[in-house]
Amino acid sequence: MLLIRCPYCGERPEVEFHCGGEAHIARPDTPAEMTDADWASFLYYRTNPKGLHAERWVHNHGCGRWFNALRDTVTDAFVQTYEMGAPRPDAGNASSTATKAA
Amino acid sequence: MSQPFRLPGGGRIDRSKPLSVTFNGKRLEGYRGDTIASMLLASGSHLAGRSFKYHRPRGILTHGSDEPNALLSVDWRPEKGAGRRDPNNRASVVEARDGLSVSTQNHWPSLETDIGVVNDLLAPVFVAGFYYKTFMWPRSFWDKVYEPVIRRAAGLGEAPEVPDADRYANRHAHCDVLVVGAGPAGLSAALAASEDGSKRVMLADEGFALGGSLLQDVTSKIDGQSAAEWVEAAVAKLDARENVVILPRTTVFGYYNHNHVAMVERVSDHLDEARDGLARERLWQVRAGQVVLATGSHERPLVFENNDRPGIMLAESMRAFVNRYAVAPGRSLVVATSSASAYRAALDAKAAGIATRIVDIRLEQDCGPELAQARSAGIEVLTGHTVIKALGGKRVKGLVVAPLGNGGAIGTRRTLDCDCVGMSGGWTPSVHLFSQSRGKLAFDAELDAFLPGQSAQAEISAGACHGVYDLKAVIEDGAKAGGGNITVEATASFTGFQPVRVLPTDVDPGKVRAFIDFQNDVTAKDIKLAVREGFTSIEHVKRYTTTGMATDQGKTSNMNALGLVAGVLDRPLPSVGTTTFRPPYTPVSFGALVGPARDELFDPVRKTPIDAWAEANGAAFEPVSLWRRAWYFPKAGEDMHAAVQRECKAVRTSVGIFDASTLGKIEVVGPDAAEFMNRIYTNAWSKLKVGGCRYGLMLREDGFVYDDGVVARLAEDRFHVTTTTGGAPRVMAHMEDYLQTEWPDLDVFLTSITEQYAVIALQGPNARKVLEPFVTDIDLSEEAFPHMAVREGYICGVPTRLFRVSFTGEAGFEVNVPADYAESVWKALYEHGKQFGITPYGTETMHVLRCEMGFIIVGQETDGTATPDDLGLSGLVSKVKTDFVGKRSLTRPDITAEGRKQLVGLLTKNGQEVLDEGAQIVADPSAQVPMPMLGHVTSSYFSSNCGRSIAMAMVKNGRARMGETLWVTTPSGFTEAVVAPAVFHQVQGAKADA
Repeated sequence: MLLIRCPYCGERPEVEFHCGGEAHIARPDTPAEMTDADWASFLYYRTNPKGLHAERWVHNHGCGRWFNALRDTVTDAFVQTYEMGAPRPDAGNASSTATKAA
Repeated sequence: MSQPFRLPGGGRIDRSKPLSVTFNGKRLEGYRGDTIASMLLASGSHLAGRSFKYHRPRGILTHGSDEPNALLSVDWRPEKGAGRRDPNNRASVVEARDGLSVSTQNHWPSLETDIGVVNDLLAPVFVAGFYYKTFMWPRSFWDKVYEPVIRRAAGLGEAPEVPDADRYANRHAHCDVLVVGAGPAGLSAALAASEDGSKRVMLADEGFALGGSLLQDVTSKIDGQSAAEWVEAAVAKLDARENVVILPRTTVFGYYNHNHVAMVERVSDHLDEARDGLARERLWQVRAGQVVLATGSHERPLVFENNDRPGIMLAESMRAFVNRYAVAPGRSLVVATSSASAYRAALDAKAAGIATRIVDIRLEQDCGPELAQARSAGIEVLTGHTVIKALGGKRVKGLVVAPLGNGGAIGTRRTLDCDCVGMSGGWTPSVHLFSQSRGKLAFDAELDAFLPGQSAQAEISAGACHGVYDLKAVIEDGAKAGGGNITVEATASFTGFQPVRVLPTDVDPGKVRAFIDFQNDVTAKDIKLAVREGFTSIEHVKRYTTTGMATDQGKTSNMNALGLVAGVLDRPLPSVGTTTFRPPYTPVSFGALVGPARDELFDPVRKTPIDAWAEANGAAFEPVSLWRRAWYFPKAGEDMHAAVQRECKAVRTSVGIFDASTLGKIEVVGPDAAEFMNRIYTNAWSKLKVGGCRYGLMLREDGFVYDDGVVARLAEDRFHVTTTTGGAPRVMAHMEDYLQTEWPDLDVFLTSITEQYAVIALQGPNARKVLEPFVTDIDLSEEAFPHMAVREGYICGVPTRLFRVSFTGEAGFEVNVPADYAESVWKALYEHGKQFGITPYGTETMHVLRCEMGFIIVGQETDGTATPDDLGLSGLVSKVKTDFVGKRSLTRPDITAEGRKQLVGLLTKNGQEVLDEGAQIVADPSAQVPMPMLGHVTSSYFSSNCGRSIAMAMVKNGRARMGETLWVTTPSGFTEAVVAPAVFHQVQGAKADA
């Protein structure tokens, strides 16, 4: 079972967490002004990268707080977690970091 | 003497504690410290089971958990009745205890005479891939002939027929260093790691005695001490350290991510008296900072004809039986080997007074100092000899050997009479756990073994599993792995071996049955056949021949199989690779994995505070979400239909009482609470006055209805939100998600109060009369307390949030009280209500009553694709608000398009006929199949208040079809129903909103 580092609680087993999909997709401020296509894109279109992926996670069986995580979709390694609202970090060479954390 | 093969002295058995077990119904005697295997050998018998496929008689091959043959069904506490027997226990590790009842497996009618042995005569038929080749045609035989026959033949042992009567525990632990294996490397590692008292160290070993290979070592000296003394001192030292936890009888069976290690501890099977309630096994889940693997190595069998005859065992196991268990495995031994270590077994047996000879495959000049030692001890050694075959059936009688000449020539045969053979084809490091940790293996040609290569986790291997075999080096390697650095003096071990795959023979190897995988009955020629048939990947060979796939996971057989495949393919062994090592290392009981999560703890029932009253008053229950809810309250002689009709009538004519405690409840508090509500719900909340209630509708961002419920405004900055029973957790999560991630600027707090408040619904024309005497500080008059209002005050002296709401259409109240007071408030209301004929009702009546009014249930009328307009609820969607969750989606083209399914009522032509919920609706039942479907029935009941059946349905363009006759599927065909408005009952007299 993976350990995931909650930015607020520290490392906890993965069963305490829940994934909320791709991170850094802000809800538009003025949805009414958006075209149908743009709104559909916001609703339904997500990236599906092989490698580093920024995801929303919530420590729902712990502090209950949301945070973001960089996860390697190849190795399942959590490379970095960071607070909601912080910019996506530059994680450098993904694969080398991932191997260490696997 | 009942133990004719027990040696007169020595061993690590406690001769002061004799015991007996029942073996196949007969008495078997031994001592504390024995295993079932050593007791059997002490009695002079090797026969311990029949093989899986060919039913060949099999003996005891090993002295450890790698045993493939001697599998026993063990009843651990026969005196306690059924439910304590489990199959496939390895005789070599079952710790002897007075009263155990064990039996051998896979034979009929008996171990000695087994009809199934006919399979052995048919062996030419049962070649590799037999199943794939044979059970193909005719197709009609698949279910009726092949499957039943295969199923009967398949599987090892018999599954228990009654539930496991034992208790199992589980435990989580953290430590800085976990040492796996308490042999010389493991003990040394644990000593080094625990030197620093601040480090928490755990030491786990699968055996019941710590010491590993040192338990059978009677000759080595370590720093001047005997092996036994060294072990005793090491264990005493560890025992005295408070930072060390020692777990004997504990198998580390799984190595998962981030040093998450699973192990099973056998807690009580070995105890003469296990107090009631003591767990049988305990599952440990350990998170270790560092793992030291000191898991040792497995000896390889030699592969020659009839190498599976009872009496033929591994050489080191022979040594263990002689030295540790003080048992002579025979009167006349032959040690057949290509490995130096086996000489130690021969020397120890000879020293114990047992006639012993050695046949060594290696040439004279390839042997080490062990050869001279053996000869000087008077042991006859034949070097440069191969073993052609073993003689004997249920017990080995002799070994046919022949000298190896130049260029593969094989000399004249010679028969060595014997009643026990110890064989050794060298050693295979136990890299199972390392491999499970995702570490990469590296092949070492010098050692002919896969060794731990690059680690993937915080882990280090030490000792034999690390390819280190000499005792001095093993102890030093262990200390190093534990973070120490020591030098010891120890007797030099006999190390080194010459890898052999299949021993050379002078007959056609294609006709020889030499076993590689004993448990799955796979021979060398099976593997050769598989390769000839084109299976060149080791993973394919494994699956095709089943080699290494038995419960022992091929611990003794894998390297021989790999080497053979590499040889036939003429490829270097590392390029053939290994198969994947998967948990568990050894079989784990389901009991240990399940732990206490069984029976009532498997899926605990969530009960309301009124549940006990409902049960005492004869309620029938149904599961709703995780809750158990009262479904209906049948009176004597009533079926569900009669009870529900009576309850429905009672609510509309007088008063009913209903437990609505399962409603989800969330308190939304803060200066920005109203703004938050505006963004989350479709409705506008700013104008809702304090003391008012409103029915709220919540969408997902995609515009589909997510949840609904009544919301009360208790203060400018405080809302009491209710959700559906099943929706409570997800609505809370949905709100938290938006609050934290989209609108962190809003000053709002969310608190789940579902469990804190119980809800008692009083519904019907007399509801107020029932309530009145108990309520203080609230004016219950119609004017002061209208429909859709909330007041705070007291009921029976208990603080209440009193809602004037109705899910039935009748005048009604929902009494929110702190959960602990709910039952007494309920009882007071019920007693007082008796004069009005107060009727407790359950969820079924609640469903019928709300359907009569056309009220939806989210999750019943909706399926995640219904918009407010689809449900006829567009009036609840604020036109004023510029934004709320889901608003933008309501104008997407597909949401506004014609032809969406809409909520309507359905009335069957025959009013007595009740439609099936979920039934499909079509316009023309004679249309061609697949016929165009218009929708489906969402709710359907018989309504006594309406005097007929009523139904709701989602139907394409439903609102434009009023009066239209449609056809609805029934179990026998179709029935007619007319589309109608989804309101079926007109409330008389004092209505909810009167």
